[in-house]
Amino acid sequence: MKLDRDGRRRIFNWVVSGLCFLCVVVALVPLGSLLYTAFLNGSHILSISFLISPENPVGICVPGNCSAGGIGPAIYATIVVVGIAALISIPVGVLSGIYLSEYGRGRLGRVISFFTDVMTGTPSIVVGLFAFAVFVYIDRAHAFSALDGSVALAIIMVPTVTRTTEEGLRLVPNSLREGAYALGIPRYRAVLQIVLSTGRSIIITGAVLAVMRASGEVAPLLVTTLFSPQGFTGLGSPAGLLGPVIFFYATGASPLLVRAAWGASLLLILAMLGISLAARIALRNRFK
Amino acid sequence: MLRRSRNSGQTFSSRLRRIFDLTFLSVTLVVALGLLALLTAFVLVLINAAHLTLARYGISLLGNPRWAPSSNHFGLLPFVDGTLITAAIALLIAVPLSLGIAIFLSELAPRWISEPLGYLVELLAAVPSVIFGLWGIFVLVPFMRTSIDPALASANASVDSTLHVSIPLFTGPIEGSGVFTAGVILAIMIIPTISAISREALRAVPQPQREGALGLGATHWESTRISVLSYARIGIIAAIILGLGRAVGETMAVTMVIGNSDFIPTSLFSQGQTIASLIANEFLSTYASPLAASAFLEAALVLLLITLAINIGARLLVWRLVKSTGGGGIE
Repeated sequence: MKLDRDGRRRIFNWVVSGLCFLCVVVALVPLGSLLYTAFLNGSHILSISFLISPENPVGICVPGNCSAGGIGPAIYATIVVVGIAALISIPVGVLSGIYLSEYGRGRLGRVISFFTDVMTGTPSIVVGLFAFAVFVYIDRAHAFSALDGSVALAIIMVPTVTRTTEEGLRLVPNSLREGAYALGIPRYRAVLQIVLSTGRSIIITGAVLAVMRASGEVAPLLVTTLFSPQGFTGLGSPAGLLGPVIFFYATGASPLLVRAAWGASLLLILAMLGISLAARIALRNRFK
Repeated sequence: MLRRSRNSGQTFSSRLRRIFDLTFLSVTLVVALGLLALLTAFVLVLINAAHLTLARYGISLLGNPRWAPSSNHFGLLPFVDGTLITAAIALLIAVPLSLGIAIFLSELAPRWISEPLGYLVELLAAVPSVIFGLWGIFVLVPFMRTSIDPALASANASVDSTLHVSIPLFTGPIEGSGVFTAGVILAIMIIPTISAISREALRAVPQPQREGALGLGATHWESTRISVLSYARIGIIAAIILGLGRAVGETMAVTMVIGNSDFIPTSLFSQGQTIASLIANEFLSTYASPLAASAFLEAALVLLLITLAINIGARLLVWRLVKSTGGGGIE
């Protein structure tokens, strides 16, 4: 069959479109496989008792008591360590985001904003070693501690919170600020009470996503909190969070440990799916 | 802050109000400057913590192939190699796929398809690295061992025999884990980064640009290739560089599938180690020796400087792009 030139061009157009669509499919296969495997391996272990009972770090069945244990301590440790990281990073990130959006429109602001972007690209394991180096310098005995991990996670979260705050506040219409000034409201109150509350949903979304990401971190924790099957035992001692549970139990000798790793993974995946969906809905209602 | 603001409202003193305004400005400024200080502190603290090996070996460690901390050999060359090879594999796989995704989602697909698919691709970026690693151990590594690796090995062998050469790419024992598998998992993980930023770059291309080509009778693909892709070139390059940055620093998933061998890979099936996976794997067992700890911190410093250079380069491109297209809705 002989095609004229236009026919060939049209067919080529369809072929390229098909190839591009194929790229999307190829990229989504691993996601589908990952979600499927996690549900397959994790769904039958994920139960209330798995979520609250203490870990079974050896993964050995004692006669009469053959449970995989649970991840209660790890969840508790994650809440405490990530919570402290959030308490440090959210105020810092929001304040610097306010500066960048409200005051830093000049060269200095652009430089800070630029390097904040650059910081988001810093490997998390390097941040972990930085925190380790600082803590070793301060107190060698507590080089590996929950607090150390919180600081590392906070450093990882700050650039994200800063940039989302900045972007969120920039979406606030200038007329609101001008209206406030016209009423004689001082600038800091205009920022705190009007601009901040208008841009609130984006800031909260950014903070929640940062917390979510920190909850699944492992690399910086390997050189800061280390690991402890007891979960959280004090700010000055090592702690075992959810992410490291997955890492250490994934390569564990016993199938019970591997099951626990899948259970913890499924929990993180469900949280991730829920939060990213909620974030999407929250932002759409607000700005679309 | 709120309590103070109420007081100022009661006093009605404009001087007091100015002081509060200035205080608030300086607090936010100091915190924001703190971010710059933090980045500087990264470099300084790591240099200080690595001073033992920096003073003794300098940067010659980067070219030294022998890593044996117990006998004070701290060569980082195997890990630099591992990092470069895995990142290169990841880019080779991820760049064409990500560009296809970006073009499909922003140029070819109707909105009701591109929205949900774009969301799914973004979800890939939200999966924690360690879960990719777990999936890698139980799904990807066995799949590579039984399906992909043997096919590549036989392809390599037949090319070798027809051309009478020996290409050391897909040769050697097939373990499933190794440098190639690590590159594949990295590719999956950087696809969302590259495709999302490329999409932004494509979206920034003005609509008349497309309409001009379509009006001259171009097909959708021709208009994309001629008038959109060339226009978005810089943004796409920036996206690729940012993807490279992520691939170089990615730790857990790589650690779980690369096989963790401290030797220079001899083929793509070899087990190996990246700088990041070295730290994740071996830091705990050796940090107690001051010299070894210093070697690890020097490795971290190298990784930091590489990623800083990559990210600064990419962000400069992005910023130039934002400026040249009028900054979109910002400012």
